[in-house]
Amino acid sequence: MSTKLPKVPVVIVGMGWAGGIIASELTKAGLKVVGLERGKARSTQDYSMGHDELRFQHRTELMQDLSKETITSRNNSKTRALPMRHYGTFIVGDGIGGAGSHWNGQTYRFLPYDFEIKTLTEKRYGKNKIKKGYTVQDWGMTYDELEPYYDTFEKMAGISGETVELYGKRSNPYPTGPMLKTPIMEEFEKATKKLGYKPYILPSGNLSENYTNPDGISRSACQYCAYCENFGCEYGAKADPVVTVIPVAKQTGNLDLRTHSNVTKIVNDGQKATGVIYVNTLTGEEFEQPAEVVVIASYVFNNVRLLLNSNLGKPYDPQTGAGAVGKNYAYQISAGGSTLFFDNKEFNLYGGAGALGIEIAEFTGDNFDHTNENFIHGAGIRTTQYGDRPIAVNRVPNGTASWGSEFKKQSIKYANSTFPVKIQGASLPHQQNYLDLDPTYKDAYGMPLLRMTYDYTEQDKEMVKYMSKVTRNIAENIGPDHIETSEEQAPFNVNKDTNTHNTGGVIMGADPQTSAVNSYLQMWDAENVFVAGASAFPHNSCFNPTGTLGALSYRAAEGIIRYMKDGGSLV
Amino acid sequence: MSENENQKVDHHLKSRRTFLKNSGLTVGGIVLGGAVANLLGVNTGGSSEHVHTSPQEPVSYPNEALMFFTMDQYRLTAAAAERIFPKDELGPGAIELNVAIYIDHQLASPWGANVKDYMQGPFYSPDQLQGTQLRLLRKDLFLLGLEGLDKYSNKKFKKNFIELEVNEQDEVLTDFESGEKYKLSGISSSHFFSMLRTLTIEGAYADPLYGGNKEMKGWKMRKYPGSYMSYTNDIQSNSFVEKKPQSLNSHMGH
Repeated sequence: MSTKLPKVPVVIVGMGWAGGIIASELTKAGLKVVGLERGKARSTQDYSMGHDELRFQHRTELMQDLSKETITSRNNSKTRALPMRHYGTFIVGDGIGGAGSHWNGQTYRFLPYDFEIKTLTEKRYGKNKIKKGYTVQDWGMTYDELEPYYDTFEKMAGISGETVELYGKRSNPYPTGPMLKTPIMEEFEKATKKLGYKPYILPSGNLSENYTNPDGISRSACQYCAYCENFGCEYGAKADPVVTVIPVAKQTGNLDLRTHSNVTKIVNDGQKATGVIYVNTLTGEEFEQPAEVVVIASYVFNNVRLLLNSNLGKPYDPQTGAGAVGKNYAYQISAGGSTLFFDNKEFNLYGGAGALGIEIAEFTGDNFDHTNENFIHGAGIRTTQYGDRPIAVNRVPNGTASWGSEFKKQSIKYANSTFPVKIQGASLPHQQNYLDLDPTYKDAYGMPLLRMTYDYTEQDKEMVKYMSKVTRNIAENIGPDHIETSEEQAPFNVNKDTNTHNTGGVIMGADPQTSAVNSYLQMWDAENVFVAGASAFPHNSCFNPTGTLGALSYRAAEGIIRYMKDGGSLV
Repeated sequence: MSENENQKVDHHLKSRRTFLKNSGLTVGGIVLGGAVANLLGVNTGGSSEHVHTSPQEPVSYPNEALMFFTMDQYRLTAAAAERIFPKDELGPGAIELNVAIYIDHQLASPWGANVKDYMQGPFYSPDQLQGTQLRLLRKDLFLLGLEGLDKYSNKKFKKNFIELEVNEQDEVLTDFESGEKYKLSGISSSHFFSMLRTLTIEGAYADPLYGGNKEMKGWKMRKYPGSYMSYTNDIQSNSFVEKKPQSLNSHMGH
């Protein structure tokens, strides 16, 4: 039996970037908000022993406790999905700040091409360019419409970077200048310039200089200490909800933030939600929190799972293509990179930052001609310097034994003498890649787990072949002693792949038949439910998702404030 | 605290403050509190008895003791780990780095009992692309593996693992890695081998607070500086800047 609490104007599920931004905007506008977070409270104090590779990276201290909930996965719908019992490929955040606490800080905008991908691809290459089975669709809004919200997000987070010609038009330059350029970045710069490309420094949520944002939050410059991904930033130099939007929301006095509160269901009648059910994860006590507006802002996986477990929205059917909840799950492409080995050169690779790197834009989106290619979209090609930590990074030439004397010698020889030219490629949705409920496995509260059915498609394999030639060419122009290039895309492996940019499942669009939410992230099937996060992306671009997630969250916040006044559909 | 130690703390705090001054770390607007304030030596309220403890090189190693293994299991683990990460002209191997102490402590920790893993059934055997699906806990798998090492060594060489020549030990481990020669109660020996390998690398390179990487000698071998607050002044240098390693213990004053 759950205890019914007094009704509130707004309840938000999840206090990461999406939930934090919406909480901050709503509370500043005077609305009373209840924020429910399944994990614990967090401040920079929690990061003071943060330079601990074992605890944070390999024992995944900041991540979701898989004993309580996980996903199941399979490579196609003919096989049985099995639970991800421990971490491999994905790292899913938990606690105040969510994935915004442990992220690297790479903060891009998606391309104008992304938002109108179907229209623009067909216009340039004809109707048959997008092959059968690929459920590529426009986003229901343009880059120009989203631009002001990108601007707001970047100013709040203090993003450091430089304007790139080949990307969408900016109303303002980045609020802070680009990060430092290290010797390995200079190597990439020289080689790519020689090849006629225009390299640029990655846009970074690790501040290049001290910065005070429009909310009055002051943060200090990044120290290049090399503990970003998997770690929290004890300086507050990395943009994190914990040091930006959450304290702002708290300061208004309008945010009632409840930690250890895991939402299991959205209470609804199929037309509208009336609130949520949540469990105190410490005591097991169950509560019903009624609200006028319900905002679902947890991770991609749980956004989809909560809707399906609550019978809200129409579940996607991979046979007919009907329904939108669980549709267009997309990932990202990481094969195709080259690793450079130097026999007599050492770099200061122990230092770095999560968003320290250099990249070229020429192979992103539709910035190159795809007429003769069997794929669309593209990849960012880049060299990054996150800081090589000694348990995680032991790069040895292919053919080296994986243990024993030879492994020890080679891994120590190259400890400070290798760096990558790698790719991050776009992932296009396919009818057979989707999310639904697992028929067998349940979470700690008895609710079905989310089941992922996913594998790389022909489009991805073609892109990897193409991009591997580009990275090889750049690597050869840098001229190390030895280069290794991954030329093929292997099947998806939930243990071994390295990317954690999951998107889709509650996608936005202009058509209620093919999307789940409108461009304010308001559900077509329940006007007082907003579903925020990368779950709204109809496909995944070749950039890190947080910038776009942040922009959409600001847009959703504006929509919710309007909805509280006027009601009804916002489009 | 002796006068000498007091001076050490004082000196340490001063150099910390100098760092903070030089790095331009300022806190304005909304005070973030927590770690940053502590770094600055600001009392954020609450406890008025904020004690700066002295970071110091340990002179003895009270954690060189076992909380999980028997002495025999410990010796066997040390011998096997040494083959994964042997002593050579570059520096110490697993034995000297206290890797087996590290492994003992890890298996005794919540991680050894899989407390953050999804452990609900049913347990089906996975296809190659799906993650491992073992009902067995890590601590039990490890002991099963140790028992297997001796059984297999006896089968193959009529001796316990620890009594074998190193090339024979390598043969046993290679067979365990392949997983095809020997089963541990129906489970492939490669699961054990892969855990042994991972734990050995971790024990060589994790912060010394976990019991391995003795005197940061694992880090020294690869010129890894451990835990510094800032590399802003080094990261653009064209030549390699070698730094004396520091462990998390050096952050305890804050």
